[in-house]
Amino acid sequence: MSDFWIIVFAISVMLGAVGGAAVTTWFERRLLGLWQDRYGPNRLGPFGIGQVAADMIKLLTKHDWVPPFADKWVFIFAPTAIVVAMLLGFAVVPFGPGLQIIDLNIGLLFFLGMTSLAVYSVLLGGLASNNKYALLGGLRSAAQMVSYEVFMGLSLMGVVMLSGSFSMADIVESQRDGWYCFSQFLGLFVFVIAAIAESHRLPFDLPEAEHELTAGFHTEYSGMKFAMFMLGEYLGLILISCMITTLFFGGWLAPFSLTFIPAIIWFSLKTFLVICFFILLRCAIPRPRYDQLMSLGWKIMLPITLINLVITGAVALWIAGA
Amino acid sequence: MRDLVESLVSQLRTIWTILLHSFTKAETVQYPEEKPYLAPRYRGRIVLTQDPDGDERCVACNLCAAACPPDCISLQQGTREEDGRWYPEFFRINFSRCIMCGLCEEACPTNAFQLIPDFEMCEYERENMIYEKEHLMIDGPGKYHDYNFYRVAGMEIEGKKKGQAENEAEPIDIRSLLP
Ligand code: SF4
Ligand code: SF4
Repeated sequence: MSDFWIIVFAISVMLGAVGGAAVTTWFERRLLGLWQDRYGPNRLGPFGIGQVAADMIKLLTKHDWVPPFADKWVFIFAPTAIVVAMLLGFAVVPFGPGLQIIDLNIGLLFFLGMTSLAVYSVLLGGLASNNKYALLGGLRSAAQMVSYEVFMGLSLMGVVMLSGSFSMADIVESQRDGWYCFSQFLGLFVFVIAAIAESHRLPFDLPEAEHELTAGFHTEYSGMKFAMFMLGEYLGLILISCMITTLFFGGWLAPFSLTFIPAIIWFSLKTFLVICFFILLRCAIPRPRYDQLMSLGWKIMLPITLINLVITGAVALWIAGA
Repeated sequence: MRDLVESLVSQLRTIWTILLHSFTKAETVQYPEEKPYLAPRYRGRIVLTQDPDGDERCVACNLCAAACPPDCISLQQGTREEDGRWYPEFFRINFSRCIMCGLCEEACPTNAFQLIPDFEMCEYERENMIYEKEHLMIDGPGKYHDYNFYRVAGMEIEGKKKGQAENEAEPIDIRSLLP
């Protein structure tokens, strides 16, 4: 692609991601409604889709307030950081053959780096609010991210070993003869759990935990800044779903050689299903206690990851030797 | 290890159960279009009822006002010149305070006070939630068709002397020693 088209493509990806995040807020509520035997927002427009616009207007027109006791500049910076980091993460997602803003040869590392940067947003938001609940939320997020970051990266190393590359496009190409969700199912299992913790969504939304911490790290946020946090969270959900699709479900590759359907459609469909699965998890599983979360991470997830890593390495070596 | 497997299976089963809920019907009642069923004894808006004879039942005894937890009933007792019946000169209920508990209905000795199945009382102005006697009074006996307080009570009014009420014996002259 020429420079001009890359810019056009980048802008459309950005708008698409933000729009997608907005629609996901509505879609999630409808889906939660379906699974909880109710309707969810269904008044405004067909199937209640107008709710997205209504929520947007409400958030934009709300009083954008910085509490006098907060650390002003950090308070304003925090919500921006999460959105910027998550949007940057979309740069390495391969939406189709050649449809990628930039094919970094360390694409995977870039993605991991961006999601880790997003943690700072939560952390700083909690710290700058100067509020007990927010501080507790920030504290929790710090501990949660530190422990889950470890094996989030490690769980993907099996994929890297099998494909022999950190580049997203190469990883997708190498799945032509078998998606990694089969050979790397342990990696997938761990990555899904780590990804939920990373994007701090239910059931691992301990930094937020409405029932104990009122709203956790964004207790003091309102209006546009609150909207930024929400946008960041939903962008994170979409980004993580894109990543799971790319790394484990063959990205834009068509299953059963149904190649007459365009690659981008396959990619969107798979991502959509993964998003549905995340919403299902949110609907079904209650939030664990804080210490349970930590012991799950260190005592179960980390060993599983290491075992997966050792086995994958051994098999890869054996295949290479044979 | 066994705990681990058990909890994993339990989580997976939870997810499956929730997934099956895709095929169940929503419980939601689409309220303004679809009205819920309200039992005849439902406690909603308050009305003041009348005797079978068409006279107002309330005798202004103030028991309802005393029973009301948020103190939202206010009334003034008056005596009617022509027959000696007691009646409320004004009767005012502040529905923005009322919690529809029904204690007033239970306290009322004359069955004048009744709660009816209607809860849709929305107003743009708060003052409009204060109902006066003319807004509360209905033409009819409400839930108790035959009850008439003055016909069973010992109180003397025009046209009914003491001892003439239903199930009432003639008054005894306690100063007389005659058997
Ligand atoms: S229903 Fe309860 S709150 Fe309402 S007027 Fe009667 S006693 Fe008072
Ligand atoms: S308790 Fe009944 S009779 Fe007494 S004042 Fe209230 S409504 Fe009237």
